[in-house]
Amino acid sequence: MSSDQGPLRPGNPKPWNDPRVRSLVFQIIAMAAVAWVGYTLFQNTITNMESRGIKTGFGFLNETAGFGIIMSLIEYNETMTYSRTFLVGLTNTLLVSGLGILFATIVGFIVGIARLSTNWLVAKLALAYIEIFRNVPLLLQIFFWYFAVLGNLPGPRQATEVAGVAFLSNRGIIIPKPVFESGAGWMGMTLVIALIVSTTLVIWARRRQAATGRIFPAFPVSLALILGLPTLVYFLTGQPIGWDIPTFGTFRFTGGITAIPELGALLVALTIYTATFIAEIVRSGITSVSSGQTEAALALGLPPRRVLRLVVVPQALRVIIPPLTSQYLNLTKNSSLAVAIGYPDLVNVFMGTSLNQTGQAVEIVAMTMAVYLTISLSISLLMNIYNRAVALEER
Amino acid sequence: MATHQPLPSQSAPVVQRGIVRWLRENLFSSWLNSIVTLVVGYYLLTTLVPLIDWAFFSAVFTGAGVEACNPNSACWIFIQERFGFFMYGFYPEALRWRPTLAFVLFALAVVPPFLPLPSRVGRWAGIFGITGLPVAGYILISGGLFGLESVNTSQWGGLMLTLILAYVGIIAALPIGVALALGRRSEMPIIRGICVVFIEFWRAVPLITILFMASVMLPLFLPDGVSFDKLLRALVGITLFQAAYMAEVVRGGLQAIPRGQYEAAEALGLGYWRRMRLIILPQALKIVVPGIANTVISLFKDTTLVLIIGLFDLLGAVKSTLSDPAWNNVMAEGYLFVAFCFWVFCFGMSRYSHRIEKQLDTDHRQ
Repeated sequence: MSSDQGPLRPGNPKPWNDPRVRSLVFQIIAMAAVAWVGYTLFQNTITNMESRGIKTGFGFLNETAGFGIIMSLIEYNETMTYSRTFLVGLTNTLLVSGLGILFATIVGFIVGIARLSTNWLVAKLALAYIEIFRNVPLLLQIFFWYFAVLGNLPGPRQATEVAGVAFLSNRGIIIPKPVFESGAGWMGMTLVIALIVSTTLVIWARRRQAATGRIFPAFPVSLALILGLPTLVYFLTGQPIGWDIPTFGTFRFTGGITAIPELGALLVALTIYTATFIAEIVRSGITSVSSGQTEAALALGLPPRRVLRLVVVPQALRVIIPPLTSQYLNLTKNSSLAVAIGYPDLVNVFMGTSLNQTGQAVEIVAMTMAVYLTISLSISLLMNIYNRAVALEER
Repeated sequence: MATHQPLPSQSAPVVQRGIVRWLRENLFSSWLNSIVTLVVGYYLLTTLVPLIDWAFFSAVFTGAGVEACNPNSACWIFIQERFGFFMYGFYPEALRWRPTLAFVLFALAVVPPFLPLPSRVGRWAGIFGITGLPVAGYILISGGLFGLESVNTSQWGGLMLTLILAYVGIIAALPIGVALALGRRSEMPIIRGICVVFIEFWRAVPLITILFMASVMLPLFLPDGVSFDKLLRALVGITLFQAAYMAEVVRGGLQAIPRGQYEAAEALGLGYWRRMRLIILPQALKIVVPGIANTVISLFKDTTLVLIIGLFDLLGAVKSTLSDPAWNNVMAEGYLFVAFCFWVFCFGMSRYSHRIEKQLDTDHRQ
């Protein structure tokens, strides 16, 4: 900007003193350096791969993988291709991250609020929990839950029974599996209808309140719709959902859904670890709302529950959402520690086993990183949209 | 005329004083609070008392071998017997004085801010910590110079390796991070673009994939004949990963400096580098001490991941010993020991950062 002052300057500066020329030179050098590094790496990689006889390209994705995976949400067996193992790993990563985010949010909010409790014992207990679990490496916690806790559970023969239908052993947790018979489709349809009706109801109630000030109890009504309608249909269509209850055969359990111990340990560790960070975020969010806001709302005659819902929580959320987003991202990235205990996530089955078998490091590492990049960018995008929706509106 | 005789002042009723009042206010302020206190207290007592008994009172501290242990209480002999391995890994026993000496030097560089010494001493200790110590530590631990017997990096391990990874990672990541942050705030679009892409890429992928990449792909990137050892590859990965996080922390500090400071520095006629070095960065770095401390702590915890690519850090060393059939059922003790070590370091670091924050606080706030 200093060079635009023209007439004020005594003569033109020497080119090496001109900021515009200098910045142009710097940028050209930087670009050249990046291009040179990129080119060298590319050349080296090509030469090295040729000399080691490594194939290039994504053709390997259509080859048979030939290894088993202990857990898959989609159908998988040894005769399927590497692209299928990629999908299995991806869905397993998404499963553990999604569940982890759900549980960590619940635990984190409870502990964060407990930390502000007027009850000394509860507040100190929450503080102790945060200080202990935040300062211990996640990998160690995963090992602890997997080897020291779940590994010490009794074998399937002496499995602990829960109400006679669920079993806990060192092979994992086995719960009854719902079996959908004909007529269950009607329940699904009613559920969808109930969801649509309640969404419309909430929007209508909000508009009416904005226009007339009259409040409609939209939340309890929609809850009743969503829970009540499918239940009604369940009985009308003659109870079309059966349960496949696990039974102990000669050597192992048959029937039911098995949650493998690897999933359990990973989920418990991720939840407990991330919840400590979420708790601190929630606490700082709540304390950031000045008490004058609460007092003013109470002075207006709002009942305490509505003060919380309409005044305190919306302001606290503004402080909470951005750091909460990075915790969700961290949890998703941390789920890759699964490889240490053998939960078949993306890093384990694809970057681990598939890479070892095919040796195509470049393609596989690139694909794995692309997945995490996509997840990261989409989570930040969604959260930014949400963040903008709740942001403070200023003049 | 009756004179007014003031009564002697009475002490507050029992329920408004001392421990009783504290209990009433903090634990039994309402019937709901009382129930919560009783329930939580009951569960706490029933879990903590057996746990403390297991870990301390009935635990076995002396004796030889697994025979001296009792299955119903903690067996700390295990930790004592393998202590050397947990601290130094496969480092030759006769040479362990060298890492110990390096550790003493490290302590000399780190401890002064905690002691009531003149600030000059603290500053020199800090300068030694980032310049002399890495060199001296490398010569001491690695050997090969001044007649010291050379020790291959594959023999490094235990807590020593954890500390090396964390320390080198931070010392290297901080300047790179500062440079990246300055680049991201630069007015030159191409430089800014390069920095943004670099930072966002490293921050979006998990450290494990970076370590995998460092161990599998780095050899492919290098020209024929050049090879890095495993430890160095891990260090490169950790450093670049951490530098990206550091850059975002520093960027926050740079953004927090009021525009007036930048403009005043320009008005003084200072060039870009002197502006940054003398005016902007000292203030920015001071603001972000807590953020840097958080990054350091998370790096320290993340060093455990190197066990996945086959390095024996503290966690790796303990884990490998736990598979020894001679010691059965000391799993919990082993992991608790590692947890305790990490906890002490991480908690210590967060206290340390509070200390530095206070020392650097030159604000004349009311």
